[in-house]
Amino acid sequence: MSIFKRLKRNVPESFDGFDNKTFNPPTGFSRRQRVMRFFNTPRIVGRMSVVGEKESKGPVGKYFSKCETDDKMGEKTFERAEIRMLDTAVRGAVRDARLEIEDIDVMISGDLLNQMTTSSYAARDIGVPHIGIYGACSTMTEGLMLSATLVDSGYFSNVICAASSHFATAERQFRYPLEYGCQRPPYAQWTVTGAAASVVSQNTAETERFPKIVMAIPGLITDYGVNDLNNMGAAMAPDNVIIAPYYGKYMTLWHKNTVKRR
Amino acid sequence: MSESTNTIKARNDRYNEYVETVTPKTSMSKALLHSFAVGGITCVIGQGIGDVVMLISPTMSKDMVSNITSMILVTIAILLTGLGVFDVIARQGGAGSFLPITGFANAMASASMEFKTEGLIFGTSVKLFSVVGPVVVNGIVWSSLAGLINLWILGMA
Repeated sequence: MSIFKRLKRNVPESFDGFDNKTFNPPTGFSRRQRVMRFFNTPRIVGRMSVVGEKESKGPVGKYFSKCETDDKMGEKTFERAEIRMLDTAVRGAVRDARLEIEDIDVMISGDLLNQMTTSSYAARDIGVPHIGIYGACSTMTEGLMLSATLVDSGYFSNVICAASSHFATAERQFRYPLEYGCQRPPYAQWTVTGAAASVVSQNTAETERFPKIVMAIPGLITDYGVNDLNNMGAAMAPDNVIIAPYYGKYMTLWHKNTVKRR
Repeated sequence: MSESTNTIKARNDRYNEYVETVTPKTSMSKALLHSFAVGGITCVIGQGIGDVVMLISPTMSKDMVSNITSMILVTIAILLTGLGVFDVIARQGGAGSFLPITGFANAMASASMEFKTEGLIFGTSVKLFSVVGPVVVNGIVWSSLAGLINLWILGMA
């Protein structure tokens, strides 16, 4: 029995490059078109997001599925709270997709902590094979790209991609202790307290009504020489672009990695 | 990469100039005023504690009084850190709150609170000096150097 048997892959015989009449791909940063085209169009069938209190009061607060008012969520430590948040998001996404945990083939997730503590522990509790990725701010898009690749190539039919972060745990990991009295400049960023998960499934008759992933472009790492440790927005603005525009009938998914010079 | 280093440097400079124009600035006078107020109030409180100690036991030497004052100030700072008040003050005070001895106390107490969850030895004990480490190292190194200069060059042993 071959476990990783390809189901089917639908690549047209006569396909060579893009049809520039319908879609004009950006080629500004690359000589070749490093574009992944998903001919089976994997669908995003379920999603769930859990955020903290500060995020829910923000300008996009009303779009989140669940808001946690307690930073520790009744757990002993912030790390446990983050694990629980990711767990809630993953289970909620599976429920949203009207599937069971047993239907999920693999989970691609990442977070900001050492050795991807949160993702690994959440995957242990959920009981799904786990592929850990670390892309800092681009983890979610990276996960979507990889899960679309896995589903499109026909190895798996339902893949979860998830990402999580917690302000208190990331602050300890990268900056100062929480109660340490240091002044933040007015442009300093806060790490998000939140977790999100989405289920990427194969394109079938049932899932046809959901949004589809058509392309992915892995991006270059660009460094514009921003040396301010606190000004991460300026360091990421040129390169960490995640856009999902509609080009005609195609929904493209761009992913660009990011580097912060310390 | 086809671009030359100069092109990239020019691009980076242009971008950084743009970033400078859009980044919100802190008002210098406001920050100075705040840190002066917070630091000044800390020092006034310290002076008050010293005076009270002097009143209680007038025979005590001046060094002893300043030691006791520092201890009480450190205790208050640690207490405020534990209650979660100190970082609220420090956000306004800036240098006014971390330059006095209270800042040192806050740095140590906050680190020990933060890493308490990782255990007594490998959490609190290991990470206790994670923030104040540079202060301790520089204090020891420069005071040793000053002592050696004092001893050998100036001959003031």
